[in-house]
Amino acid sequence: MPDMKDKYEQLQQVIEELKDQPGALMPVLQKAQGIFGCVPMDVQKIVAEGLGVTLSEVYGVATFYAQFTLEPSGKYVISVCLGTACYVKGAQKVLDKISEVLETPIGKTTKDGLFTINPTRCLGACGLAPVMTVNDEVYGRLTPDDIPGIIAKYRELG
Amino acid sequence: MDIYRAHVLCCGGTGCTSSGSAQIIERFEEKLKENGLEKEVKVIRTGCFGLCEAGPVVIVYPEGTFYSRVKPEDVDEIVTEHLLKGRKVQHLVYSDHATHEQNANKSLNDINFYKHQHRLALRNCGVIDPENIDEYLAFDGYKALEKALTKMTREEVIDEILKSGLRGRGGGGFPTGLKWKFTYNSQADQKYVACNADEGDPGAFMDRSILEGDPHAVIEAMAIAGYAIGASEGYVYVRAEYPIAVKRLQIAIDQAKEYGLLGENIFGTGFKFNMFIRLGAGAFVCGEETALMRSIEGKRGEPTPRPPFPAVKGLFAKPTMLNNVETYANVPQIILKGADWFASMGTEKSKGTKVFALGGKINNTGLVEVEMGTPLRSIIYDIGGGIPNGKKFKAVQTGGPSGGCLPAELLDTPVDYDNLIAAGSMMGSGGMIVMDEDNCMVDIARFFLDFTVDESCGKCAPCRIGTRRMLEILERIVEGKGEEGDIEKLENLAHTIKATALCGLGQTAPNPVLSTLKFFRHEYEAHIRDKKCPAHHCQKLLQYVITDKCRGCTACARICPAGAISGNVKEMHTIDTAKCLKCGACIEKCRFGAIIKV
Repeated sequence: MPDMKDKYEQLQQVIEELKDQPGALMPVLQKAQGIFGCVPMDVQKIVAEGLGVTLSEVYGVATFYAQFTLEPSGKYVISVCLGTACYVKGAQKVLDKISEVLETPIGKTTKDGLFTINPTRCLGACGLAPVMTVNDEVYGRLTPDDIPGIIAKYRELG
Repeated sequence: MDIYRAHVLCCGGTGCTSSGSAQIIERFEEKLKENGLEKEVKVIRTGCFGLCEAGPVVIVYPEGTFYSRVKPEDVDEIVTEHLLKGRKVQHLVYSDHATHEQNANKSLNDINFYKHQHRLALRNCGVIDPENIDEYLAFDGYKALEKALTKMTREEVIDEILKSGLRGRGGGGFPTGLKWKFTYNSQADQKYVACNADEGDPGAFMDRSILEGDPHAVIEAMAIAGYAIGASEGYVYVRAEYPIAVKRLQIAIDQAKEYGLLGENIFGTGFKFNMFIRLGAGAFVCGEETALMRSIEGKRGEPTPRPPFPAVKGLFAKPTMLNNVETYANVPQIILKGADWFASMGTEKSKGTKVFALGGKINNTGLVEVEMGTPLRSIIYDIGGGIPNGKKFKAVQTGGPSGGCLPAELLDTPVDYDNLIAAGSMMGSGGMIVMDEDNCMVDIARFFLDFTVDESCGKCAPCRIGTRRMLEILERIVEGKGEEGDIEKLENLAHTIKATALCGLGQTAPNPVLSTLKFFRHEYEAHIRDKKCPAHHCQKLLQYVITDKCRGCTACARICPAGAISGNVKEMHTIDTAKCLKCGACIEKCRFGAIIKV
């Protein structure tokens, strides 16, 4: 795929750009996550070679932080805020409803690869609690009843 | 500089942006142009106003008219009525929750939510355009840096911070001046200033709001700190989940460089200071200072034992001085107005003000800043407007996963570092979540333990294994499988973890359990002995019952997804508890209030 080749070139560029700055591993992995949508083993190998660190160190960092994923996420990532303010206002019920509607366990991606259910830490939009985001779109003051409609909207978009 | 006859201030904080303030700003600009007002009225995207509940918020000056929950389609009316004809749009004006007063002539500071506040760290948030350095300069910006560099010695700067009594706003409350002094005393070829903006405490967002609303204040303070301790480089460690804050901070750093306020030879004094941003990647433990520094170094964010303290050996093994965002936001004013001015506010051992993120079951959700020593009651009722829907207050949680829940009897506690600890909680970074009678305190303890288990870095056994054992016990209890002796086991584990965990995260992780056990022990006992949840929250311990208020309308039987409700038309229905899923759909459907949880 020419598309993939392009991504690997971008990664090499990022490594070239950042490799001399102190503590480059995190910023490089963050860019890689942005380019590929995840940091699978082959990407980690390239990063390790490019920065001159061991693969185990790269793997250690990639698996430590919640932001890095080793597998690709769905096209729409539904992030449900489980901060305290949202929790006391019923975020768990919203999350359970999403899992029920999508017939997919919390934290996983639907079989068609369309949705990932991602419980997340405080988004800081506590005034809108309970809150969730679908990619960059924010939905606030939710009740479980709002969920089927929102999911249907994205299913239609495909 | 252009002069405008009116200013439209529109909140561009994360809360209001989430509810559509970007479209509102766009619409204002379009509409003003259409009406030929673009040279008379200026639209400014500010930082957070604090009253997120009322967002998106728009304020029109010079009148100071406070419009709340504005929608893009309301903009036309504000432009044609208010800005063109000078008639305030009454129905869009903010309405006070408690008094239901909707007074278009009331300015911001007369509103209950703001009247009791004292905004120091947030002074510029919602006032200036954070992406324009000139506006910060117009509000005495960088004057403190100039004063420190040109009129004060390094020792005098540290002395001023020491005398002010400023303590770390990130949680621990360590005296800021002492930190500066320790790092100043360390000898090294290179030292670092660092800023902790990895605000991980769920429900707290004051640091983000400061970075979004007043980023230059943090830059100025870090430069002052750099001068004082002898560092030429500063790192800000920000959560990646805060894209707006990151963007505005980067813009601010670039502007400061362009103006010569960062870089070489600042104010012609030969002092050099540069700043860099590093993004977090979603790990709560990185708010702990040693873990944060490992993360900046590009490593796993695992804490290391202290000593050596960062003041001796921190970032890249050099002496490092780390403060959090809110702490820094106080520094320029202390330098400008003096330590005595700052120390005149607050209580004996906690000076100045503190910002709290008020959330949960409260009418006015948002950011509030009050003088240290303000009673909890005043924050929750005078500023927060009390509990919605006529429910009863049960507890207020402060200090996030490291803090505790305080009951109604302690509402008159004056809020400062020492009083909160004495009461069984802690200040933390300033999250303040209000809970009402519907919240189960055992479940809240379980919620926090679930958080700590998930966020434990795994380095030390007490935290990695101990918190998991506690969580397992709590999960059993909320599922109705609690046993005699569980409470004692929880207490035992809690004290062991507190005494033996490596870092602050582990040492404080049992606090939510200990504080709820202290104040709400009867709820634990009810779960374990009677298999009942007094708040009717824990699904497994609930039973739904239809009372004689039932008119036999069949609505509940039709909505029930499990077919658990039976009964003839116009006769009382019954619920088969064996089939009931406890989803609550019937309660929502019933128009007669006939179905109750027991």
